[in-house]
Amino acid sequence: MEVPILKQGAYLIASIQAALSDTDLLHFRDVLMKSVGQYRARGVIVDVAALDVMDSFGTRVLGDIARMISLRGAKTVIVGIQPEVALTMVQMGLTLGAVETTLDLEEGLAYLDANTKPAAER
Amino acid sequence: MTDSAVKVTFAPPTVDENPALLRELVSHLRQNRTKLREEWVRRISVFELLTAMTKEEIFAEATSVYDSYVLALETGTLEALQAYARNLSERIIPRGVETHEVVGIVLLLRDVLARSLFAKYHADFAPLNRILDAYEPAANRIAITVAVGFVQERERVIREQQEAIRELSTPVLQVRERLLILPIIGLIDPARARQLTEQLLRGIRTNRAKVVVIDITGVAAMDANVANHLVLTVESARLLGATVIVTGLSPEIAQTLVNIGVDLGKMTTVGDLQGGIEEAERLLGYKVLPMRETEAV
Amino acid sequence: MSESPNSSHSANSSGTEKPEQGVPLITEADIVAARQRGRELALGIGFSPGDATLIATAISELARNIVTYAKRGEIRLIPIELNGKRGLTVVAKDEGAGIPDIRQALQDGYSTAGRLGLGLPGVKRLMDEMEIVSEVGVGTTVTAKKWRT
Repeated sequence: MEVPILKQGAYLIASIQAALSDTDLLHFRDVLMKSVGQYRARGVIVDVAALDVMDSFGTRVLGDIARMISLRGAKTVIVGIQPEVALTMVQMGLTLGAVETTLDLEEGLAYLDANTKPAAER
Repeated sequence: MTDSAVKVTFAPPTVDENPALLRELVSHLRQNRTKLREEWVRRISVFELLTAMTKEEIFAEATSVYDSYVLALETGTLEALQAYARNLSERIIPRGVETHEVVGIVLLLRDVLARSLFAKYHADFAPLNRILDAYEPAANRIAITVAVGFVQERERVIREQQEAIRELSTPVLQVRERLLILPIIGLIDPARARQLTEQLLRGIRTNRAKVVVIDITGVAAMDANVANHLVLTVESARLLGATVIVTGLSPEIAQTLVNIGVDLGKMTTVGDLQGGIEEAERLLGYKVLPMRETEAV
Repeated sequence: MSESPNSSHSANSSGTEKPEQGVPLITEADIVAARQRGRELALGIGFSPGDATLIATAISELARNIVTYAKRGEIRLIPIELNGKRGLTVVAKDEGAGIPDIRQALQDGYSTAGRLGLGLPGVKRLMDEMEIVSEVGVGTTVTAKKWRT
């Protein structure tokens, strides 16, 4: 199953569907990294609103994605974590570390607007 | 969701061995329906049960209960009786009918029917014995079914009321755009803590809040479990993109948090609610501006 | 160093058991199937959506362990009842290599950054009771229960 990745200006927006297998998730990671390089994206939004379960594997991969993206000088925002999923993650002790998380896409874009500057202005 | 059937294991399963006896019993009860029902209603009034209901209501219910009772005896199945018991309970609980009354009237009916059996078979001990063998276990099963049905319904109502009280006593207030305040007052038990968290997270989503002020000035004490839950709540809110400010932290509760290993340096706390709101406004970028200035935040 | 079969952290309560469902675990897709079945069953028993998510997540962890490390096994989902309380038992059974040191596997301090943990400490925190029986070279059975509140 492919995860659709959209380009919006200097940002990439990816929406993960619910029943993604482990292999699909890793494949998504690879495709996303390639896309970040290909489009020289400043920011990446990963929308997980459709995920009804986030376990240690999913958390780890998302964390890896964010770290790899930051190595390329871009920022990642995870958006749309469901309340029950958030509670479960926290209860399990799973953490996304320093990765920014926002309520939804709109907030995610606002964050990227405020926190990423075009290369020329850096 | 249906409640599981009540299992009664003390009654020896002898009823099914005597279908003929059972038929005899049932037909006796049906033939004498009017007389026995009247006797039962008379006793209900003598023992001053169901005082919350009118004579007409008691008579109507007595008819339904009597017929359901006999049907349960006849078929040996309790589903119809259970459904009726639940239905009856739903109607009479708001009228203030109590458990001892419901148990009482069912036992009275059992007595009335048993007496009528004694009267009919008094001449010969052997058939009396046999018919009681058929009647007693079934009658006891029925009594338990009705009583348990009533009690379960009562418990369900009480749970709903408790839930409603909890919801009312913990409003999540939207004070400004993107700012929620959750004032907590009184004792927090694990159930309430869970409910608070759910309400808060739902509120964050509905109001698209970016800052939440949780005020625990009104909370006297917190055990380690609830304190831990507070931490979970703060971290969950963060995953939803909201910053949580905890205000009104007493020294005792601060100590509890430290004891369970919370790094208070990582939790944003302010002394009182007012201070917390000001900090929240600062975080949200609210400024008091002179009239002519506009500024993108 | 192999150890004799050991079980760790058991808090067992017996209860009457109703018909159970089994989900075989061989491929990744089975992980998703197991947790979805678990969620449905939990909701059917009357668990809140929040608790159903907890259960589905615990199942996901256990199922993934089996698919990743043991290659094959099964998850059994058993509705239970005790003194009027209803709940769900999850049994994750495999014939893999076994866990040499259960105590270490249950150690807290499990993090998502780097070290591959078995996710067991997390499962322990989500469920009410958990018991692990594992023998090196034979296999592992994790039994976890959650009760409706």
